Amino acid sequence: MTLNPEMNAPVIEAISLRKSYGTHEVLKGLDLSLARGEVVALIGPSGSGKSTFIRCLNMMETPTQGTIRFREKSVSRRFADKGEEIGIGTLRRHVGMVFQHFNLFPHKTVLQNVTEGPIIVCRRTRKEAEELAMDLLSQVGLAEKHSAYPNHLSGGQKQRVAIARALAMEPEVLLLDEVTSALDPELVGEVLSVIRGLADKGMTMAIVTHEMAFAADVATRILFLDQGVIAETGSAEDVILNPKNPRLQGFVARFNG
Amino acid sequence: MNYNWDFHAVLQSWDLFLWGLWITIIYTFGSILFGVVIGFLTCAARLSGLWGVNAIARVYQEMFRCTPLLVQLLWFYYAFPLLIGGSIDNRVAALLTLSLYVGAFYAEIFRGGIVSIDKGQHEAAAAIGMSSWQSMYRIILPQAMKRVLPSFINQSVIQFKNTSLVSVISVADLAYMAAVVNGQTYRPLESYTLMAGLYIAMLLPLTQAADWIERRLKVSD
Repeated sequence: MTLNPEMNAPVIEAISLRKSYGTHEVLKGLDLSLARGEVVALIGPSGSGKSTFIRCLNMMETPTQGTIRFREKSVSRRFADKGEEIGIGTLRRHVGMVFQHFNLFPHKTVLQNVTEGPIIVCRRTRKEAEELAMDLLSQVGLAEKHSAYPNHLSGGQKQRVAIARALAMEPEVLLLDEVTSALDPELVGEVLSVIRGLADKGMTMAIVTHEMAFAADVATRILFLDQGVIAETGSAEDVILNPKNPRLQGFVARFNG
Repeated sequence: MNYNWDFHAVLQSWDLFLWGLWITIIYTFGSILFGVVIGFLTCAARLSGLWGVNAIARVYQEMFRCTPLLVQLLWFYYAFPLLIGGSIDNRVAALLTLSLYVGAFYAEIFRGGIVSIDKGQHEAAAAIGMSSWQSMYRIILPQAMKRVLPSFINQSVIQFKNTSLVSVISVADLAYMAAVVNGQTYRPLESYTLMAGLYIAMLLPLTQAADWIERRLKVSD
């Protein structure tokens, strides 16, 4: 199959990314390039830097060194665009993020949570934003909850609203940071199936997860992070079924055991 | 004890009590209004991240939180005019002092509310591309203000009572008027009981409202 070169161009890239907190170096020079439609799963032991890494991709954390590039343009540390550089505001408009603890706005209804970005940031009309939001809420199976407040939802429902909120910005990339880790086990499935659906529709995603089976199932590529570096990378088959790195072997064995 | 209560003489001066009450209300709400503005500005200064601005705001807050209001009133009325080489109207001094005093406390209440909002809320707002102003105005402040409403009302109730101190610089508030009526009638028990009753009548609904709001907020959280 020949790929259209534009399709193959990276949407988002991290180039020799380093991040330190004081003297503690969390990320020790990481590179990643995500092409359109790719789903990358980041796995690794806690403290390996997975979350820090994914949070650098939308500048939620400011890298100590290295660059983030979006649509082949460098991202600056300013909020607004300037010259050739893209500002953080623009980056975040196109790169959505879903958090472990949902972080829904508790003073707004489900519908308002989803329309907030389109109305305030994208300057769309309320009518347009509400139509879009209702469409997305039905996609995540929560259309009938549109006037509920977040406190009245289960964890799984909250996370599906959070996904709809991120999708309402019509992002080109979606970053998912341990989105099922705060959920009761019986609620994990409903969130994973929504993400699975997004992957099937070709959404470009980077996913930090502890759900090894899910990672193997949905990811086109898996990255194993260990002590701030990418220790192994490859297809699900390579990384999870035939790991070469001894620490990865140990890590995977715990999940298969 | 065999005291003959007689409100007759005292009640003949009902207009003085009413006028005093009106003055008390004006100074209370006037100083609350200015205090909210001062409090917001001070709070913004404290959270600005600018070292100098933050330091100035802190010095102001601590000066007014660590001296008694009575001392501040005396200072602004008797000492401040010497410093600026002029004179200051007692009503101006009273309103100025009350506003600066309550502003220092409001600033701390507002700041506490804003700081108490989960970091995840800032992040969620940032993640959909909001600027820090949009995030503060649309996401953080509405939640913070709701959370601090009971403390804000409590501080305002205290302010209502504190207003009675302006009588020491001859502002004719309710406490001042009660003293005047006492001087005319020699009926301290009746004069001062009536004054206390009027304070209770004004403040009881407010404290009840604060309790009710606090309970309601707990339910909705």
